[in-house]
Amino acid sequence: MNFDFSDDQKQLRDQARRFLAEKCPPKAVRAVLEGKADYDRDLWKGLAEMGFLGVAIPEEYGGTGAGHLELCVIAEELGRALAPVPFSSTVYLAAEALLLAGSEEQKQKWLPKISSGEAIGTLALFEGTGNPSPAAVKLAVSNGTLTGTKKPVADGAIADFAIVAARSGNSGREADISLFLVDLKAGGVTAKPLQNVDPSRQQAELTFAGAKAEPLGAANEGWSILSRVMDRAAVLIAFEQVGGADRALEMGRDYALDRIAFGRPIGSFQAVKHILADMYVSATLARSNCYYGAWALSTDAGELSEAAAAARISATQAFQHCAKQNIQVHGGMGFTWEFDCHLYYRRSNALALSLGSQSYWEDQLIDRMRKKNAA
Amino acid sequence: MNFDDTPQEAEFRAQARAWIDANAPKQYEEELRKASLGRVVLKGANILEVAKAWQKKKADAGWAVPHWPKEYGGRGASPIERVIWQQEEGVFGKLTAMFIIGQGMCGPTMMAYASEEQKRHYLPPLGSGEKVWCQLFSEPAGGSDVAGLRTRAEKDGNDWVINGQKIWTSGAHYSDYGILITRTDPTVPKHKGLTMFFLDMKSKGVEIKPIKQANGNSDFNEVYFTDVRIPDSQRLGNIGDGWNVSLTTLMNERMSIGANVATGFPELFEFCSSLMLDGGPAIEDRAVRSKLANWAVRASGLRYTSFRAISALSRGERPGPENSIGKLVAGSMIQDVAMYALDLQGAGGVLSGPEDAEVAGKFQAMLLRSPATRVEGGTDEILRNIIAERVLGLPGDIRVDKDVPFNQIPTRGRA
Repeated sequence: MNFDFSDDQKQLRDQARRFLAEKCPPKAVRAVLEGKADYDRDLWKGLAEMGFLGVAIPEEYGGTGAGHLELCVIAEELGRALAPVPFSSTVYLAAEALLLAGSEEQKQKWLPKISSGEAIGTLALFEGTGNPSPAAVKLAVSNGTLTGTKKPVADGAIADFAIVAARSGNSGREADISLFLVDLKAGGVTAKPLQNVDPSRQQAELTFAGAKAEPLGAANEGWSILSRVMDRAAVLIAFEQVGGADRALEMGRDYALDRIAFGRPIGSFQAVKHILADMYVSATLARSNCYYGAWALSTDAGELSEAAAAARISATQAFQHCAKQNIQVHGGMGFTWEFDCHLYYRRSNALALSLGSQSYWEDQLIDRMRKKNAA
Repeated sequence: MNFDDTPQEAEFRAQARAWIDANAPKQYEEELRKASLGRVVLKGANILEVAKAWQKKKADAGWAVPHWPKEYGGRGASPIERVIWQQEEGVFGKLTAMFIIGQGMCGPTMMAYASEEQKRHYLPPLGSGEKVWCQLFSEPAGGSDVAGLRTRAEKDGNDWVINGQKIWTSGAHYSDYGILITRTDPTVPKHKGLTMFFLDMKSKGVEIKPIKQANGNSDFNEVYFTDVRIPDSQRLGNIGDGWNVSLTTLMNERMSIGANVATGFPELFEFCSSLMLDGGPAIEDRAVRSKLANWAVRASGLRYTSFRAISALSRGERPGPENSIGKLVAGSMIQDVAMYALDLQGAGGVLSGPEDAEVAGKFQAMLLRSPATRVEGGTDEILRNIIAERVLGLPGDIRVDKDVPFNQIPTRGRA
């Protein structure tokens, strides 16, 4: 058994960590958080030059074609560094949807631009409060144009194109939903950035008023494509969450070693030690679930949907837990704007909702486990 | 990243599987599968006899303690081969619970500190299950402060004379031998005045009293020593070095990472699939699903954490303190799972008899046994300290008794 990343993949991780330590210090995250830019353009360019944007995109479409395990490794590092760039929407969602369901022409047109950092993509699925479901999709398609509103859309106001879930029938079932690719710069779409709990990553409202849309994948198969894209993105975002959880744990540990109270480091008090031990436990369980997800993603195993839900739930719990407790270990300093704790707290809560709520994924996991047991 | 064996591992697995397939006591397989949390009951058979017979059969074919050297009854298997053996032995491994302490802790300590002659004499029957061993460490005043023990050993000619009391000794009532840690010098700080021995449990002056536990069973014992004589030749390690000897014993336990940790989750999942609530099967209830999902990811997290540890073992690395999380997570989880399973049964959940309770009272038994899991072999709190100190590198607890001679350490809080 070799349930671990290879030496080459670990080298890639070290390389990504060094790169991000230099190009993406907390100062860079704060620049976006405080509204000085809508994303970090230099970092985005750098990620493209490193080949990280196209790491799971085949060479024929401008990527490096390394693979999904490599993408998992990079995702973890982006999560550690809180990279303020539209990586997840462009690479995990838009690029994966194109790879799974795009026509040859669509792939030729968009994937090289993704790899080179020229195009930002996103997925427009949600329409306000609620979880992913075919019935919640109200935005409609008629005669090849879309009308309706999507929010929140991650990176919606900076994206060049969006994959949009739209209603093509009225039965309320999965077969009503089709996917479309919309060039957001071509007119018919207005984008409005929205305030959100993590301003280092943008959320927007996209209003489609007769926007021209080309089908992505077969008509009426949008929901099954979406499910597969969501599963794949769930594993990748889970790696970002594990990266964030680990960093929050490190921050808490380092502070507990440095900070003296009652004449000794606070990390020597059992109450503080136990907080940190529990953070380690949740991060470790999440990492192990993520490894299983990575294996399933890279081999496209039948277990992917179950593994993805488990990784998603476990990693969401771990990042939220570690980010929350990191502030607690820091005491009052943890609640200041000046310390970085809130950056992780914000990101952990934003990522927790990025693909639908915990209860949605809990439901998915139990459904999938039941199916497996029945089989 | 893969789950595949190396060619050598695959070859070893095939051998183990074939032998188990041909020799395991399959008539008990079903009952063993159902047994949960250390409770193995075989209808119409004496578990001790079945266990000893299975162990003997394994020993005759060289499978009893595969990772031990051949001259002591093993086959010189590597740590990863030991894990593979445990995986293949599966539910039949539950039969060998009574040998775990002897083979996991006492054997390795003997191997490290006994004379060659003693090893050849004592180890093979320990491996084969003919002789059962126990570990006499804990004391009433000790608890998690293991080194605070008070059982005395005083030199008298070529013998040592032992007086004192041990407690929580699993299996003492059917053990033939034990390893015993004693205080030989109370005038030095507590860790420095300890010495380790092994002894015949039938020695004159050894008295064993089973303890009736909270769940009504009696798996543990009190053991009293009154002027028990142990020859100096049965001392393990140097005089005063007993603490280091005991650490060897405890470190060895980490190597047994292949066995499945009981979490109660598979049992709960199955139960929720069949239990009918007012509105339909329990598993279709939203609140139930949420609970199940949260425990599912803890169970799978532990499973894949052990796979990561096995991978490290397969590369030749030694398991580290990070493996403490298995019992820490599973221990409290099994307790919570049991409580929840009873809650799902409503008022009827209070019943525990095999005839009246759901699934023959399995969860009620789990409920009453689980508090011990969180204490035995290191409390949740000690395990958290281990993670905090040895994995995360936080400072050790302040130990006010560290440099104080043992006989000057206060013994009462409010005296």
